[in-house]
Order: sequence, then structure tokens, then C-alpha cells
Amino acid sequence: MGKYLLRRILQMIPVVLGTTLLIYALVFALPGDPVAAMFGDKPVNQAVAAQIRAEYNLDKPFLVQYVLFLKNALTLNFGNTFAGQPVISVIGRAFPVTIQLALMAFVFEGVFGVLFGIISGLTKGKWSDTIILVISLLLISVPTFVTGFILQYFLGVKWHVLPATAGAHPGFIDLLMPAIVLGSVSMASIIRLTRTEISSNISEDYVRTARAKGMGNFQVIVHHVLRNSLIPVVTYLGADIGGLMGGAMITERIFNIQGVGNTLYQAIVRGEGTLVVSIVTILVMIFVVTSLLVDLLYAVLDPRIRYA
Amino acid sequence: MTDMTMNESLNGSMTESNAEVFFPDPLPGQERFVAPLDDTPLADVDSVNDEVPATSMWADAWKKLRRNPLFIISAVLAIFVILVALFPFLFTKQDPMACNLDNSLGAGTSGHPFGYDLQGCDVYSRVVYGTRTSVSIGILTTLLVTVFGGLIGAVAGFFGGWVDAILSRVTDIFFAIPMLLGAIVLLQMFRTSGSIWKIVFTLTLFGWVQMARITRSAVMEAKNLEFNTASTALGSSPVRNLFNHILPNSLAPIIVMATMSLGNYIVSEATLSFLGIGLPTSLVSWGGDISTAQSLLTTNPSVLFYPSAALAITVLAFIMMGDAVKDALDPKSKTV
Repeated sequence: MGKYLLRRILQMIPVVLGTTLLIYALVFALPGDPVAAMFGDKPVNQAVAAQIRAEYNLDKPFLVQYVLFLKNALTLNFGNTFAGQPVISVIGRAFPVTIQLALMAFVFEGVFGVLFGIISGLTKGKWSDTIILVISLLLISVPTFVTGFILQYFLGVKWHVLPATAGAHPGFIDLLMPAIVLGSVSMASIIRLTRTEISSNISEDYVRTARAKGMGNFQVIVHHVLRNSLIPVVTYLGADIGGLMGGAMITERIFNIQGVGNTLYQAIVRGEGTLVVSIVTILVMIFVVTSLLVDLLYAVLDPRIRYA
Repeated sequence: MTDMTMNESLNGSMTESNAEVFFPDPLPGQERFVAPLDDTPLADVDSVNDEVPATSMWADAWKKLRRNPLFIISAVLAIFVILVALFPFLFTKQDPMACNLDNSLGAGTSGHPFGYDLQGCDVYSRVVYGTRTSVSIGILTTLLVTVFGGLIGAVAGFFGGWVDAILSRVTDIFFAIPMLLGAIVLLQMFRTSGSIWKIVFTLTLFGWVQMARITRSAVMEAKNLEFNTASTALGSSPVRNLFNHILPNSLAPIIVMATMSLGNYIVSEATLSFLGIGLPTSLVSWGGDISTAQSLLTTNPSVLFYPSAALAITVLAFIMMGDAVKDALDPKSKTV
């Protein structure tokens, strides 16, 4: 187990390095001069511009910039944004909101996805299965932003059930609708996945054996069918945490949430390399760590898997 | 059938004493059932009818698909959508770019069944002409992803060793970047370009990973099967094995993945257009029309509804088709 963990952590290093280098290169290659943009309509003062370039290392070659960024990132010193704020404090303000949003979406899609998936899988072919299946197909084929607009209009504007937009310091209620929208597509995929797994596992030999030994229906479902069906679902959920963070970009724009997605989007549009790469680095770290946790979770769910 | 032929087909040299050891007398209270010899013509059971051509996995799958109503419905829808994409002028006589502000937000009239949008463009003709953009982005991206991802996955799975190690790390790197995020950064570079290829390439660059992973595991599985060893023993080269035996036998998961993801790419294009970094407004696309209509949700929801519905129906058709193909190609799955 310790050896496996060590190998996995060592494998994480090239992934994090490669991802940040890739994003850094992409942002570096963006057209336009961010320093010139900072002057706005005013004429560019060459001396000031040179000073700014030196401060942000923009005058150095690409690879040197990247290595300097990495060196500073190791000490969590991400430098300043072009507006003069420390990047770390911008991130510190944006992340809690998005983490709360993503966690709520995660719980929503996990709980309802598995629940409806189980109902659908156990009642295959009945009307409840058909309804759940049709709704999940619709959720997958309608883009998130359209679902978002429709919910915002009906629940927020027309019927006043939930707040239509989240304010500066959104609470649980403010984030409820955004979280539902954010998690809806993944929920639909989880429903489909759980349904397929359950309906194929329920006809396995070990289920028949368990029934033949006189085990109650509830016990068979919980201990044999569910436990075996949930492994792919856990994989999906684990990989989805990164997707939720990325998808937050859409949801945060619809509901005007000042989170990571919005901050990142604005940073990309402004060509603010440091901020973009800093946020992406943290997102990638979250993704890599969660996928490691998922792999470790397998051992808990499936006794056949043992890490040497 | 006589006793002699029976003996021959079982064991020609079986003698009387052997037979007794073979079939000991039943214990008291036990009965032994022996099928009447005449009813089990072994030669018939064992015989292979080589007059009829052998059914392949593909022929079986096609037979299953033809009987699946889900497939029929989705295939008809998909063919219809592709026809609209190829020949939009057959479905409307209106020019989607001919807009007259006098008609702004006008209701549907005859010849303009869906009414007009804010700019006074005919919504119906824009939905019809938008099909081409969305569907070609979906199909082209799927093709590129399948070729590119499939190739990388096949090479990694086939050669193994350090080739696999390097390619797998590269795959991990791209897998760690959420598609939408990478696409936004990359598309910033091509803001001014008005071609659909920038979307296709961007979606391919961040979408090939899944395909590579699936192909890799399928190839690794097929590589160790007996027919491959047999082919090597008969003297065929490893590369010949890859193309003649391994790839055809790992096609099923690749095809399923491709059909399922086609719809996703169409949705991704719409999402990028919604963020304002997709296609320029000079190109008619569902995504672009949905994102311009978003402000009209409270006053003129129909302008938002039609392109969204067209998008949803198209994506639905491809996802349902993917489901049906998956059921048909996977012998373990039990069709709904």
C-alpha cells in the first residue's frame, strides 16, 4: 500500500508539470500585449512598461518565465495580478465559493443520480424507469446554459422559489439552484451508468446464489448488487470533480457568482497569464489528488482489488 | 443410425470390457437415463454447414440493430438531420442572413413558421441553416478524435513498454485539463478566425484522451488473444497483425465511444458560442443563435426555444443511436 502510494505520488509530478507547462505555453502564445493593455487609452510610457515587464518577468524568455513561476508557486507565492492584488488573495476569495458550489453539485448528482439510477435499474421496463430515462436523456442533450436559463426564469424570476442570482456572499439557498444546474448533466450520466450496472449485475450468478441461500431481497440488493454496481459510479464521480470546476465557468456566469470560474474567465480574456496558470495549477492538483483518492476507494468497495 | 456408427463416433476401439468400466451398474434406487441412440445423431450435431457464409460479429450486430426500435427512430432522425445539413436550401427558401429590422421579434406567419428574432431574421431558416455548422463540427471532431486518439491509443497499447509509458503520461496531462477550460484558453488565440475548423481542432486537442484510453485497453486485450499468436506463428509481422487482426477486433468500443461523443461535441460548440469565444455571428449556428436569444427568454421565449430544441433533438438522436449500437455490439448487455 505504501509503495503503491509512493509510486502514484511520483507519477503525479510529471502530470502537474506537463499540464502547467502546456497551459503556460498557451497563455504565453496569446496575441496582444497585456502591458500595453494596462495603459488603456493613455500613451504607453516605455520606462514604466519596461519596469512592469521586469516585475512580471515578461522580459525573459518563455522557459525562464515558466521556471520562475514554478519556483515561486512552490512557496505559494503566485505574484500579483495586473491590478496589483496578490494572486493568492484573489484565489483565496474565489475558491471558497466555487468549492461550496462544486461540493453541493457533487452531493446533488451523487445522491440523486444513484437514487434514480437504482430505481430505474430495479424497475427496468416499467413506467418509472421510462420517465427517469427520458428525463436523463433530455438533461444530457440540452446544453447546461439553456437548462440554467430556464430554471432561472421559472424558479427565480417567475415563481420566486429560489433567488435568481447569487449575491456577493452567497449562502446555501443562493447556491442551491446553481448547484442543481451544475450537477444536472452529470446526474443524468450517473443515472444511466447506475441503471446499466444494476441491470447487468442483477442477473449475475452470485446474485442468484445469494438468493438461493435464502438471503432477503433487500440484503441481496444492498450487499451484492449495489456494492458491485457502484465501482464505475465512484470512478465517474471522482473524475467529475475536475469537470465540475470547469463547468462552474458556465454556471457562475449565468448566476453571477464571483467564484473561480468567473475569475478564470476574466483572466483568460484579459490575457493575465500568471492568474490563469495559478488557478489552473490548483485545479489540476485538485483533479490529480481526487483521482488518487478514487483509486484508493476501490479497495474499500471491491475486496478483490488489493494494492501491493 | 446403427450401433456400429455410434460406437465409431464415440470411440472406434472401445471394447466390451472397457464399456463396462465406463458405465458401472446403477446403485439400488438409482435410475440411469440414457438417451435413445436413434434420437441423437451425433454427426448432425457436430457437423458444420459450410454452404452458408459464417455470420460475423458485425452481421449479428446489424441484425440486432434492425430489430431495435430505438435504433430505427434515432437513425431516421440522424439521417434527416444530416440531409438538412447537406441540403438546407431544400427545406427553406428564406435566406438566413436576409434580416429586416422591421420584422424584429415578429410572430410566425405563413412562410415564416417560427417568427423572427431580434434582428428581424427568419428563425426557421436560421434553424435550418444552423444545422450544417453544428452537425459538421460534431462529425468532423468525432472523425479527428477517432483517428488521432485511436492511433495514439493503439500505438501505446500495442508496443507497450516505454512507448506506452510516455504516451500514457501525455494522455494523463491532457486528461487533467477540463475540456472547456483548455478550449477557452486556446480559442483566445483564434478570436478573429471565422472558420469552423478552429472549433474542430480545439475540441479534438482536448477530446482525444478518452478515445486514446479506450483504444489502448481494447488493443491490449486483443493483443493477447490466441488468433494473434497464431498469425505470428504463420509469419505475419507485428504491424500487419495490428492492422489485420488487433484493430478490427478492438473496433467495437471505439465505435460506441464515437457515436456517443458526437452529441457532446455539438453541445460543446454551443457552450463555447455561449461564452462568446465560439463562432462569429457571420456564421449561422445553433449555439450562436441560442446565446443571442438568451436575453429574450422573458419576453420572446420562442426565439430561444427553436434553436435549443433543434440542438437537443440532434444530440438526443446521436446519443440514442450510441446506446443502440452499444447494446448490439456488446454481447453481454441485455437489450432494453
